[in-house]
Amino acid sequence: MIAALPLIAVWLAALGVNAWLSRLHAPWIGPLVAAIFGATILLLWEMAVRIYAVPAVILPPPSRIWAAFTGNIPLLWGDFVQTIIKGALTGWIIGALAAIATAIAIDRSAFLQRGLLPIGNFVAALPIVGIAPILVMWFGFDWQSKAAVVVVMVFFPILVNMVAGLAATDPLQRDLMATWSAGYWHALVHVRLPAALPFLFNGLKITTTLALIGAIVAEFFGSPTRGMGFRISTAVGQLNIALVWAEILVAALAGTAFYGIVAFIERRVTFWHPSQRRQQDR
Amino acid sequence: MPSRSAKVCVWGIPTTDAAAQTSGGVNPTLRTALPILMVLLAIMVIWYLAAVWMNAPWVRDQAARADTVLTTGDLIRQTPSLDRPVLPAPHQVAMGLWDGIAGQKVTTKRSLVWHAWVTLSATLAGFAIGSLAGILLAVGITHNRAMDLSVMPWAVASQTVPILAIAPMVIVVFASMGVTGLMPKAVIAAWLSLFPVLVGMVKGLRTPDAMQLDPMRSWSASAAQVFWRLRLPSAMPYLFASLKVAVAAALVGTIVGELPAGATAGLGARLLSGSYYGQTIQIWSALFMAAGLAAVLVVVITAVERVTLRRMGLAR
Repeated sequence: MIAALPLIAVWLAALGVNAWLSRLHAPWIGPLVAAIFGATILLLWEMAVRIYAVPAVILPPPSRIWAAFTGNIPLLWGDFVQTIIKGALTGWIIGALAAIATAIAIDRSAFLQRGLLPIGNFVAALPIVGIAPILVMWFGFDWQSKAAVVVVMVFFPILVNMVAGLAATDPLQRDLMATWSAGYWHALVHVRLPAALPFLFNGLKITTTLALIGAIVAEFFGSPTRGMGFRISTAVGQLNIALVWAEILVAALAGTAFYGIVAFIERRVTFWHPSQRRQQDR
Repeated sequence: MPSRSAKVCVWGIPTTDAAAQTSGGVNPTLRTALPILMVLLAIMVIWYLAAVWMNAPWVRDQAARADTVLTTGDLIRQTPSLDRPVLPAPHQVAMGLWDGIAGQKVTTKRSLVWHAWVTLSATLAGFAIGSLAGILLAVGITHNRAMDLSVMPWAVASQTVPILAIAPMVIVVFASMGVTGLMPKAVIAAWLSLFPVLVGMVKGLRTPDAMQLDPMRSWSASAAQVFWRLRLPSAMPYLFASLKVAVAAALVGTIVGELPAGATAGLGARLLSGSYYGQTIQIWSALFMAAGLAAVLVVVITAVERVTLRRMGLAR
């Protein structure tokens, strides 16, 4: 019980600082409070593991995870290239292009839309990762099968959003194009595709995480001797939990960066949209 | 409408149903059902063609070894009925499903119902814990600025992290502490369903604007009254939308949690053993069982949502 006192002291101190900071109103308060909270969690983690002498095979302290991260940079980089760049990114780009092309193709047919959209919504809620073993059988152990899993996983969420986006123009805008006797393709390129971009980017942002999950989980079903999913499952088997956490750190950084890049492109491309404009004014 | 939000759906589940726009003339049920049926039919046809095409090399190989001449009719007859096809035909998957559901005693390990129950129980336990924790955290966040500033950025950022990847480690770590069975999987499911509910619920609890909050002040309502009579009811549509996402995430989490070697129960273990032994029909049956489970869970939540919103007078 006595051993827990430093933990409680640190926790209360951080809580007090954050409660005091939260009463202030300044633009830097938000990030600062969040950073203090994150640092407190890490500190408590480190202290708890040391005080209670938790075995490293159950929970390694953050310092050890950091050591495993910095000590295995070439290994982690190889896994990152194999899983994220070759598997997730390739699959995500192919899936997104296929979904956009399909959305434009079924855009002119109300019948196909009424048929495909409910199915697309339904499929988007299914545990699609389950097809990973099948696709690994079909496309082999290397990154191609991981990219295939990612293609299937990201296709439907992007399709559903893109179809909704293509329907997002209001009659006033379409009438205007008709007044200028713009053809279907003119209207598509100059009005409807730009109007669909906010919806498309919403789908693209949602699927960044899905792409990483698909690529990593597919490696549990078979992979060459590199890749993040492979490393996680073998390191777990060797009880090298610190390396697993280092891989998770890589996955977290990659996921945040992936999302951040897509969000950055969105801000650049759809700067005219109200949701972006308001953010810039602040 | 320039102020329209671009957020049409979260994880592919839309809040507005584009297919529900009916116009007069045709029977509305037929109008919705016919296109879906046609697309499903097309998928079936493509599936059968793909089964013939993908299984053909194996059949041709066998015929060449047996020195028999293979006619096109033979090819079409043999490809959809192999024991371990590259792609099983729909009727083979249906038979595998039927055999797994009705052909076995429910208590045996060969029964898909038993495996589905193992997965479902962990999913539901985790989903209940995760959603409850998410709702409680959301209430705390909307009422305490320190908590909001501390937790919210991390909760949002965590959405971009592939948390699912740590599922195998959680299982192994729990196993090394002597905890096995339902509990570790439920922890993964709870963790995965926590954040969608948290983010959706915070958004929902914050929907009341000044126009609605000002009268509450005029009536000198306490914080508790504002919460129970204004914030909680207006959060309901958001809560149900995120619950649907959360239950799907919980199911995926449980299935992935069943993947580490050694697991023998659950749909995930069924997928893995199928992929080890090349039992494609088993994989496809487990996959369809999981899909059915997900569909049932989402349908149940949709039904609860419809009843709740109607009784609250919020139905669209």
